[in-house]
Amino acid sequence: MNGIDYLVYTFLGISVTFNMLGSIALHRFPDVYTRLHGATKSTTFGTIFAVFAVMAHAFYRLHVTGDPKYLQMSLHSLVALVALLLTNPTGAHAIAKAAYLTGYKPKKAVVDSYESRIAGHVKAEPEEGEVKP
Amino acid sequence: MPFMVAFIWAYILWLVLTAGTKGLGWNVQELVAGLIFAIIVGYATRDVVGERANRYLNPLKWLEFIPYAFVVFWGMIKANLDVAYRVITGRIRPGIVRVPVDLENDAQYTILSNSITLTPGTLTIDACPDEKALYVHWINIPKGQEEPKNSKPVSGPFEDWARRLGK
Repeated sequence: MNGIDYLVYTFLGISVTFNMLGSIALHRFPDVYTRLHGATKSTTFGTIFAVFAVMAHAFYRLHVTGDPKYLQMSLHSLVALVALLLTNPTGAHAIAKAAYLTGYKPKKAVVDSYESRIAGHVKAEPEEGEVKP
Repeated sequence: MPFMVAFIWAYILWLVLTAGTKGLGWNVQELVAGLIFAIIVGYATRDVVGERANRYLNPLKWLEFIPYAFVVFWGMIKANLDVAYRVITGRIRPGIVRVPVDLENDAQYTILSNSITLTPGTLTIDACPDEKALYVHWINIPKGQEEPKNSKPVSGPFEDWARRLGK
């Protein structure tokens, strides 16, 4: 064990902690929108630190051995990180909008301003088992 | 010009992915193959990219993204501690709010929506340039903020950042 290993393990620890919190959020939160908060924010943040760990390890090995495969390793994970940061919020946005248009209302919501905007466009189906007023 | 924008970014991506093929640099085969594929990609996407993408050829534009990256990262740290707190305690007050914003083009809407999704407690559901508003799912609405008048309480400084970066 030397200094760089502690850094790598710290990054991995943060990564695993936040990915775990994201998974717990999926079980604890009441509806699809609040679950998306956990699924997108926590897992993005956790994965950023996983990539940092790979890059720290790869740059250290590059410094020690001078083997170009470690340069490739760090650059490729950097490209993966950029792709993740661009696609993750977009995906969350698409899932949330699709869920709303399918007719899933946010549970326990104190305010729902989107309803009036959507009302004119789409007729939401009542959920199964729901009694029409 | 849209061809050049797509070509340059495709070639840079190729160079990043193939670095280290000869020493720490590139061998000739990779450079030539990258050139061919970047030309194909640039030609195929020239209509998708559009004329307005020219502004992203300006290197100064890309320097502006560096401080933005740090602001977003700090926002993400706060967001995650916030979500972690709500996961553990289960204390939420969710709802969808309408946030009026004052932006001009699609790039600004994209940057602001993505920033809002990555930072504390908020998730963009829909962007409506026609009525100059975003619809945001907010996991913990403070009392009295059910109908925010501007984007400050929801996104903090990001509306200004989006306006500057998307110009």
